Amino acid sequence: MPELYHYLQQLVNGLTIGSTYALIAIGYTMVYGIIGMINFAHGEVYMIGSYIAFIAITLLAMAGIDSLLPIMFVAFAASMIVTSAYGYSIERVAYRPLRGGNRLIPLISAIGMSIFLQNMVMLAQDSKDKAIPNPLPGNFVLGESTMNGVTISYMQVLIFVVTFLAMLGLSLFISRSRLGRACRACAEDLRMANLLGINTNQIIALTFVIGAALAAVAGVLLGMQYGVINPHLGFLAGIKAFTAAVLGGIGSIPGAVLGGLLLGVAEALGADLFGDQYKDVVAFSLLILVLLFRPTGILGRPEVEKV
Amino acid sequence: MTRNLKTALFSTLLLLLVSYPILGLKLSVIGIGLQVEGADARTLWTIGLAAVALFTWQLLRDRLPGAGRLAAMAPSMPGQVKHWLTLPSTQRWIILALILVALAWPFFGSRAAVDIATLILIYVMLGLGLNIVVGLAGLLDLGYVGFYAVGAYTYALLAEYAGFGFWLSLPIAGLTAATFGCLLGFPVLRLRGDYLAIVTLGFGEIIRILLRNLTDITGGPNGISQIPKPTLFGLSFDRRAPEGLQTFHEYFGIAYNSSYKVIFLYLIALLLVLLALFVINRLMRMPIGRAWEALREDEIACRSLGLSPTIVKLSAFTIGATFAGFAGSFFAARQGLVTPESFTFIESAMILAIVVLGGMGSQLGIIFAAVVMVMLQEMRECNEYRMLIFGLTMIVMMIWRPQGLLPMQRPHLELKP
Repeated sequence: MPELYHYLQQLVNGLTIGSTYALIAIGYTMVYGIIGMINFAHGEVYMIGSYIAFIAITLLAMAGIDSLLPIMFVAFAASMIVTSAYGYSIERVAYRPLRGGNRLIPLISAIGMSIFLQNMVMLAQDSKDKAIPNPLPGNFVLGESTMNGVTISYMQVLIFVVTFLAMLGLSLFISRSRLGRACRACAEDLRMANLLGINTNQIIALTFVIGAALAAVAGVLLGMQYGVINPHLGFLAGIKAFTAAVLGGIGSIPGAVLGGLLLGVAEALGADLFGDQYKDVVAFSLLILVLLFRPTGILGRPEVEKV
Repeated sequence: MTRNLKTALFSTLLLLLVSYPILGLKLSVIGIGLQVEGADARTLWTIGLAAVALFTWQLLRDRLPGAGRLAAMAPSMPGQVKHWLTLPSTQRWIILALILVALAWPFFGSRAAVDIATLILIYVMLGLGLNIVVGLAGLLDLGYVGFYAVGAYTYALLAEYAGFGFWLSLPIAGLTAATFGCLLGFPVLRLRGDYLAIVTLGFGEIIRILLRNLTDITGGPNGISQIPKPTLFGLSFDRRAPEGLQTFHEYFGIAYNSSYKVIFLYLIALLLVLLALFVINRLMRMPIGRAWEALREDEIACRSLGLSPTIVKLSAFTIGATFAGFAGSFFAARQGLVTPESFTFIESAMILAIVVLGGMGSQLGIIFAAVVMVMLQEMRECNEYRMLIFGLTMIVMMIWRPQGLLPMQRPHLELKP
């Protein structure tokens, strides 16, 4: 049985990481669904979310607060508020003036924004790795022993629970609330929604804010899970989350979740088969394969090109 | 007024939220733990002053004379620029003048100046190659550095394992890069523009990761060193020639001078750039060049006129990759050392910035932008702010002048509605 347990373990690890990819991927997919652009700077927003969480946790530790609940609450709240501000400002400064032109122009602007943010953090916080101890240590074992069973850490449980709650909140918001309905209308047809009296600028800004806040949740969770951050981690996380979004079908929120989970599992199994250093190659190859054989992704709708 | 006050308060709050937590609080490692320190007074003052300035401006933007004009000027997309500098004939003359300057350069400039000029020429070559893909064919390639790496490693590996010289390896490197471009391009070129950008980015990263991890062949993170320098018809520029070769100074009976090597490398780079300029200029006038530009403007119209988008795109991709291969093998010869870390995404972004800054499709613009970028890179005092400025420049350029600093104006007719 150790064989089976080994793969189950990889599955659990993959799903954990995958669920955070899904959170970041939602930001890509929502923005793409409405204005059809790839927000290349989204990975940096995730990285900034991690930094804010680390700063908040360290400040609390310096003030002598070390119980779990306030730490978690403050870390999530601070990081979500700050990244929301980032999401809004990025859209306002770098993308809104470019709307409606050639598709490549906002993309280049987004790449510029990504380079800018990464280097801003590097200058302000220096590029060394920063580490904090795991705020939620410990684990439990399903099965007989660590060798012959599946080990799940409390941190992984936390990741599952928080991700699930965030997605539940998002889907309720999108399906039930007035603003959520406006979001869906904009994704359907931006100009028509505008004609029907929806403030589309506001809705576009809102999707950036929601995406940024969810990326912050992922940033806090992954920051605590790995315990180490540096200014470069946004780039790779951003690409992987984008892969997840494409895998599930860009524009579709359930697709992003599915894609994230699949990518996480594929990466964990790939690292197991080919070695850890090829983990990223697995993700990139998966992206290329999906785009080759099913460019619309698993749940995506085929896009009709209009003349 | 109240509306302005609200906007002013909101934007100031945003500015503070965005800047203070990241810029004003610094995580620093003290002993084994982390601590948060406040940033120095200058940073805090800057944030404060920026907040006050933004608040005042937002509050009084309707009242200030000229503020409305400024606002109207900033966020609009400028149309076609008409200026004598952008005319193709003017640009051709300027390029000719520049070539003359470049030819005279090594005989007047110092050794360091020639060295920097060589670096500029490498970037000009890369920029010209990427310009075919991004500027002419309108395909955003974020993995261009991958082909550069292929070219560099082709020469390095051929020299290391087969003992090939530079001149023999140069065409092979170009061909290898072209093959890679063709093989990688073929499947992905059916994709729409923005997907293509991400996929090429993935390819670039895959190539780098493979180079880093195939330690047995490529030397892993240490790369390959002691790559031989180019020779002039078998004449070496070293002080002492390896077995069977003669040195340049012995052959001509002059004293050894190490700057001959630098000048020789510079002249090779210049030769390659001139070749690239010539070939690309010819290609642009050929049907294939017209097809690239037509495809960039309207893919559907092209398809209905019987052009195969895949073939046209593939040719742009392959030819662009070839020039990257040439530039790569020259880079390997100049450095004498290649490592995977020379070929990161940032390098791709820098080449892209050159193309974007210069004006997509304009060769003079690219030369100009390569000079600016390399000078910026060489300035030690602003070295740490370099990438920050790159990023900012890309955003500002896209908002303010998406056609680049020195775009090329094409003769065209327009139907007035």
